[in-house]
Amino acid sequence: MARYESLIDALGDTPLVGLPSFSPAPHVRLWAKLEDRNPTGSIKDRPALRMIQQAEAEGRLTPGCTILEPTSGNTGISLAMAAKLKGYELVCVMPENTSAERRQLLEMYGARIIFSPAAGGSNQAVATAKEIAAQHPDWVMLYQYGNPGNALAHYEGTGPEILRDMPTITHFVAGLGTTGTLVGTGRYLREHKPDCQIIAAEPRYGELVYGLRNIAEGFVPELYDPDVLTGRYSVGAYDALRRTRQLVEQEGIFAGISSGAILHAALGQAEKAAGGGDEADIVMVVCDGGWKYLSTGAYTGTLEEAAEALEGQLWA
Amino acid sequence: MSATVSIPTILRTHTGGEKQVKAEGSTLQEVITDLEANHPGIKDRLVTDGSLHRFVNVYVNDEDVRFAGGLDAQVPDGGTVTILPAVAGGAR
Repeated sequence: MARYESLIDALGDTPLVGLPSFSPAPHVRLWAKLEDRNPTGSIKDRPALRMIQQAEAEGRLTPGCTILEPTSGNTGISLAMAAKLKGYELVCVMPENTSAERRQLLEMYGARIIFSPAAGGSNQAVATAKEIAAQHPDWVMLYQYGNPGNALAHYEGTGPEILRDMPTITHFVAGLGTTGTLVGTGRYLREHKPDCQIIAAEPRYGELVYGLRNIAEGFVPELYDPDVLTGRYSVGAYDALRRTRQLVEQEGIFAGISSGAILHAALGQAEKAAGGGDEADIVMVVCDGGWKYLSTGAYTGTLEEAAEALEGQLWA
Repeated sequence: MSATVSIPTILRTHTGGEKQVKAEGSTLQEVITDLEANHPGIKDRLVTDGSLHRFVNVYVNDEDVRFAGGLDAQVPDGGTVTILPAVAGGAR
């Protein structure tokens, strides 16, 4: 049955598709969970809707309320759609160096955007949102970095869907931002498949983004649980773009740039597994489609030009 | 066994400003020992009491060595070693 009462109800149950052209050996297979097939086109619909439902159930969120959230884009877009349907106001705190499409989508859904300085990245957006929350005690900050509902959405949704569709899973690879996807999905998978590898891919930004920050300021999301992870990759813009383009060229999957970074990590694991000889089913997340990143130049010109264009931008 | 090592800005005083240098070794330990031989002083910026400094992240072919054996992490021939100050979200 594929009929739903409203867009919000059409969440999850996303397809898992094979990536045969990336397989380095017959016994090592890669699979992509297409999270762009969610209501607003990203994996963030899962935590956003879950956090809203939880706040409603607790009575913290009632019609007419204002929601405040630090977000680099996708969570904001998910919240903005739900806020529109449910009658909430939304204020997003977003780094000023995110793509134009994300801004336009948020504005189209009626959200207000407060920009935080580019140099501070997502960490600065979090700090700014916390300051604003203190000034507006009547606003509801769902706070995706620390809200257990974020990880629970994946523990109860993403994880069970993956295990149902790929009972022989050996590796799960996803992006590391709020850490909700990896912690929630990873916890569920490890409970059912204790040997399943849980691999994080995080973006490595140039010094234009990190340069002004002190190395002691590293922000660790409250949701983060290092015991769930078994591996962690840091992927630069060049490799993320290269893999993003390979996804289109080899498998026809038009994904966002962070999915390219995740594929890069998945291929690193695939290479290791190919040398080992054991059967491997590596499941990676496609977080969103490429539409929101067209203006960044990610899909045109040479890789060098595209990587240079991304310098100083938050691409994941 | 040769690897390409990416050096962050704050450590380039040891490499004469070079962003990338070559080093020999099949484990991270051996690579750092070889780095120290050619760029004296760099080892102390990376290693304390026989393990990696808390505020330094090291990646072999983009994988965080803390999950791959630490200083014993294997460095494949022609591999990349990336040294970064620990700033990204989720850093311990």
